[in-house]
Amino acid sequence: MEEALKSEAHAHAPVEGFLWKYVFSLDHKVIGKQYYALALVAVFVGMVLSWLMRFHLVWPNAKIPGLELIAKTGAPGGIITPEYYLSLLTMHGTLMVFFVLTNAPFAGFGNYFLPIQIGAEDMAFPRFNMMSFWTTLVAFVVLLAAFFIPDGPPISGWTAYAPLSAIGKDAGPGLGWGQNLWVIAIGIFCIGQLLGSLNFIATTLDLRAKGMTLMRMPISTWAWFITSSIGLLAFAVLLPACVLLLLDRMAGTSFFIPSGLVVSDRLQNHAGGSPLLWQHLFWFFGHPEVYIAILPAVGIVSHVLTNSLRKPLLSAKVIIYSMMSIGFLSWMVWGHHMFVSGMNPFSSLLFSFPTLTITIPATIITLIWLGSLYGANIQINSASFFALGFISMFVSGGVSGFFLAQPSIDIYLHATYFVVGHFHMVMGVAAIFAIFSGTYFWFPKMTGRMMNETLGMLHFWITFVGTYCIFMPFHYLGLVGNVRRYASFVDDFMPTLMPLHKFITIAALTTGAAQFIFFFNLIHSRFRGKPASANPWRGTSLEWSVPSPPPWNNFGGEHPVVYHDPYQYGLKGSTGDFVMQTSPEQILNE
Amino acid sequence: MSSTIISPAVLPRRAGPAKGSESGIWIALFAITMSFAAFTSALFIRQASSDWTHIAAPRVLFLSTAVLLVSSLLMEASRRELEGQPGPGTNEHGRRLAFVALTVLLGLTFLAGQYLAWRKLAAEGLYLATNPNSSFFYLLTGVHALHVLGGIAALLYLFIQLAVQKSVRRNLLRGVVVYWHFMAALWLYLLVVICVRL
Repeated sequence: MEEALKSEAHAHAPVEGFLWKYVFSLDHKVIGKQYYALALVAVFVGMVLSWLMRFHLVWPNAKIPGLELIAKTGAPGGIITPEYYLSLLTMHGTLMVFFVLTNAPFAGFGNYFLPIQIGAEDMAFPRFNMMSFWTTLVAFVVLLAAFFIPDGPPISGWTAYAPLSAIGKDAGPGLGWGQNLWVIAIGIFCIGQLLGSLNFIATTLDLRAKGMTLMRMPISTWAWFITSSIGLLAFAVLLPACVLLLLDRMAGTSFFIPSGLVVSDRLQNHAGGSPLLWQHLFWFFGHPEVYIAILPAVGIVSHVLTNSLRKPLLSAKVIIYSMMSIGFLSWMVWGHHMFVSGMNPFSSLLFSFPTLTITIPATIITLIWLGSLYGANIQINSASFFALGFISMFVSGGVSGFFLAQPSIDIYLHATYFVVGHFHMVMGVAAIFAIFSGTYFWFPKMTGRMMNETLGMLHFWITFVGTYCIFMPFHYLGLVGNVRRYASFVDDFMPTLMPLHKFITIAALTTGAAQFIFFFNLIHSRFRGKPASANPWRGTSLEWSVPSPPPWNNFGGEHPVVYHDPYQYGLKGSTGDFVMQTSPEQILNE
Repeated sequence: MSSTIISPAVLPRRAGPAKGSESGIWIALFAITMSFAAFTSALFIRQASSDWTHIAAPRVLFLSTAVLLVSSLLMEASRRELEGQPGPGTNEHGRRLAFVALTVLLGLTFLAGQYLAWRKLAAEGLYLATNPNSSFFYLLTGVHALHVLGGIAALLYLFIQLAVQKSVRRNLLRGVVVYWHFMAALWLYLLVVICVRL
């Protein structure tokens, strides 16, 4: 009966008051900025932790003033203990992977720009959207709380391998309540990401404007859509894994703890569990997580690059299909993290094959970028340079993946600095470059002001050269057998490598310090930057058809109509060398 | 470089109507399926261990299964009531409320059945950490019960909307219906796992 049923409403009214407008906001744009701000705080903490680690590696007996105030037992007298080094390492990895690489390129930019790029007023479920941010913030606070408990943060690494992570305080410092807080924080984080992913998918499927067919969505929107599909399934596996781990730790079950385990001279009261089970569950999430970090980066870079090249990429469609194949293959490769885990060697071969296959779509994407660069009149600015820097990092870091994907080579390189160099370049730094590129590109839209280009370029060159100085030598260190996760290298053959380690530490401190240029630029431009027009980069997608910054309902209550594919550059349009998606001009040969 | 001319453009294709809650629920079902797939995979790996035993499923589970299936049928009837045309001379509003209320009641009865099953196991000395089988029993039934509780909350929201405003959003209704059916289907799957594997 019709009067018993009403149609669905997804828009919300404008709100007044600071608290409702900027804190408990339902507006996807404010939530996007909140995610971005959270990622900024997390990246700052994560970077300071990496400084502490690099400092300790080369000056293991030097005192770090003030550190003893936070870590009484971890750094007595300001000198980091080997155990506390592992705590720093665990927290660095956890903060960077979850709260930076997942939050900024996906949740941050995605929240802000996905609805605008498809012509929607907001996300499909604004309340869930607010909830997902606040859940993530709670996870962040719970995780950081581990620094301030007597025991300190866990020492089990961001992968929290069982049984080390499952036993409790017998296993070492930070493995009591520190590890509990870690598991709870990651569990809460999963809930936030699940809500966010659900929202992204529903919004993309349901709220596209008239004329916005799936293939007319910008590559960035496609990337967020594919990423949210991966996230929905990946975090749905990590959450149960965290539940099982928490039960092992707090309820006395034995999912991951084997029989007869003696730790700290005590026989553990558990039996029959499988440590490999944790690795399977964790990496079944963990490998797709790599693509949760990198696919939005691929999307952002493709979007920025097309605009900077002033001509369409060789094939936007092939990039989209390649991203889909990467997303699909990401579910079949988790075992390549476990080649030396004692898993059946035959399984290693089975995991190696799809891992090598995944390089095909990744290479296709890279070749499309490089091929599109040929003969293009690229616009010189911070956004385009960081996009090019991303490609450079993606290739340099990705090439070492070919080696690691093969079990026979990985057995030698496993747990060395080669692996650390590989994933920092291809996943960490590359995604960070895409975040920078996106920031310089979209800042005018988000704030209504331009960022300072001189500072941007300075920031780019120091960061670009600096990251190569840090992470390229890692590969060499790994090849000569420098193992990872050691707090100091004073024995055996390691001292000869110390000069190189010192060079890396100095590069890390310098590159890290250069990020304050970016931070200053961000704050200064927010208030003092040159006012930005609605379309300062002469872009074609929907975000450039609205004022900078956009009004609360994005399109001022109008319903945009989309007439074209997203990247109509290099044409003779009525307004220049481009035709906007909302322009009713007819394009010959479209 | 191709060129453009200014002229009335080709009429764009329409996007489909927004489905809101209904889409949201369908997407959530993928995540829930994935979570239970993860639990099941964990079970398959864990059962290879020598301490894997067997526990007899409490009989009350079959009763609660029947209750949940009937509630699923009632939910379907409620949907038809709400979406169909009213018959002449009937108290349409009261009937609708009664159908939804009964569904909620049966959902709560199911949870009571699960509680009895836990009590039965505990009376046999089988607790969460006693052996891997009991761990998985409590885990699977517990996580499912939490999801059912979420469904009951959604049904109560539907009931209140219906009682106060005499109407509900079509997509909300469809979303709740799909979710409730899924809970029954998921339970049937878990019952098979419990009977065959635990």
